[in-house]
Amino acid sequence: MHFDEVLSLVCGKVLEQYDIVYETYGTLNAKADNAVLVCHALSADHHAAGYHSKEDAKPGWWDICIGPGKPIDTDKFFVVSPCNLGHCSGSTGPRSINPDTSIAYGKDFPMMTVVDWVNYQQRLADKLGIKQWAAVAGGSLGGMQALQWAIQFPDKLRHAIVIASAPKLSAQNIAFNAVARQAIMNDPDFHDGRYYDFDTVPSNGLKVARMLGHITYLSDDAMGDKFGRELKNDQLNYDYGVEFQVESYLRYQGESFASRFDANTYLLMTKALDYFDPAEEEGGDLSAVFEKVKAKFFLASFTTDWRFSPERSKEIVSALTDANRDVSYLEFESNHGHDAFLVENDDYIGAFKAYMQNIEVST
Amino acid sequence: MSELRPELQKICEWIEPGSRVLDLGCGDGALLEWLQKNRQVTGYGVEINQQDVLSCLKKNVNIIQTDLDAGLTDFADASFDYVIMTQALQALHRPDKTLDEMLRVGRKSIVTFPNFGLWKCRLYLSINGRMPVSKALPAQWYDTKNIHLCTVNDFENFCAQRSMTISKRGIVDYNHRPSTLMKLWPNLFGEVALYQLDEKKNAI
Repeated sequence: MHFDEVLSLVCGKVLEQYDIVYETYGTLNAKADNAVLVCHALSADHHAAGYHSKEDAKPGWWDICIGPGKPIDTDKFFVVSPCNLGHCSGSTGPRSINPDTSIAYGKDFPMMTVVDWVNYQQRLADKLGIKQWAAVAGGSLGGMQALQWAIQFPDKLRHAIVIASAPKLSAQNIAFNAVARQAIMNDPDFHDGRYYDFDTVPSNGLKVARMLGHITYLSDDAMGDKFGRELKNDQLNYDYGVEFQVESYLRYQGESFASRFDANTYLLMTKALDYFDPAEEEGGDLSAVFEKVKAKFFLASFTTDWRFSPERSKEIVSALTDANRDVSYLEFESNHGHDAFLVENDDYIGAFKAYMQNIEVST
Repeated sequence: MSELRPELQKICEWIEPGSRVLDLGCGDGALLEWLQKNRQVTGYGVEINQQDVLSCLKKNVNIIQTDLDAGLTDFADASFDYVIMTQALQALHRPDKTLDEMLRVGRKSIVTFPNFGLWKCRLYLSINGRMPVSKALPAQWYDTKNIHLCTVNDFENFCAQRSMTISKRGIVDYNHRPSTLMKLWPNLFGEVALYQLDEKKNAI
């Protein structure tokens, strides 16, 4: 969908015009009160559920939660899943042509924040005739968008679903992002973000960034269970090649990611994470920010998630209870680390579904 | 109210309409659901058991899944009108610390527990020489969750020692039958004890 109205951004710049691609699932009802906005995290996009073709190896990123009979039941809800600005899967981003220069934006693409994303999502809602979301939902960076929605447009959503998320990044979280960015920016093929013009891709940097990120998505236990100290070949070679299975796995993850993802988008998404801090407007007092919130909250975390640990979700819960807002919080056993929100788990799916079933929509 | 078990009915009588309530170890959320519908109460249940948490979600009761033994640090001082804990005291690792926390977080606290001073328990132990097992406390000594059982007298002594003010007391049996014996000798005939404790006044 094309947007012509100027979008003013937190960084001070503007986007004169932009395109947003999105997928929808289910049917919008007559009163338009059954719409659920699904927000994607760092590396996912608008393809949240189902398969595009029979050749697809995997369904959309949150297929376990979206569909008939699933927590976000498409027999009941109308699901809107947009691809965020700055991304590389179809919405306007660094790879798009800058109308002012007629070449790709590259590093000139304005810096994005969660606040900006919520602003364009609100415009998308307007165009789709949705005055109020039944719910805004997401995991990780997607959960941050749901949280920001409740703060930024308190009257425009009834429920916020925030899974495996955090109220802001810790120093350690920012440090991991900083290293990932360094890996990309120090790649000789990066060309200060103008690599499109040089017909190169900083794929080595992007691979390392993804390998590092991937380690933070998994738990120590999950990696141990999956690989242990298993060798790729039968014996040690005493050289610097790939010797352990875990090395081979990480390289594969890095390569497959680098072949489909844009390095500038990765830089931009990690910055959006770093900048997120809704409590800042109240001097760090999150509960004061929540005073204006009207949505009911459903929060969930996973025991082995160390990127956004249960304690981080509890910070949000604590601020919500201090502000006397409606909130339910669940903590699920899982050994899948941060990625657990993308993994089938009966307790998680059952509880999420029970919550969504109580959301009232007209028939 | 008849769908609630007797001690919960009693608690409902004590709660002021429109109060803000924290229900610790809230189980399936039946008490909060009733209070929300009939007393316009707001608040949260705290529970660790997954099945119970699911029941609360289905009942539209705000539920926070966490371990009571980990403390109530997520809640601010005097942030609730009532903090309720029914039939959970005896299963805590440090019931004394949790009681302190309840009094910190709530202006009033309501606590209930099975009275281990009940004549049946005394008789069972004295005749069989073994730890009492009953319909109300069916587990064996080695697998029971009830690791800190106490009697009506124990609890009242404890409150006196800690300068906790008991403002209400209720003694009921499991079938909610009124009984003169229970009134006269609560420690011998009461099956379930209920107490309301008031906010701790700072010592002068």
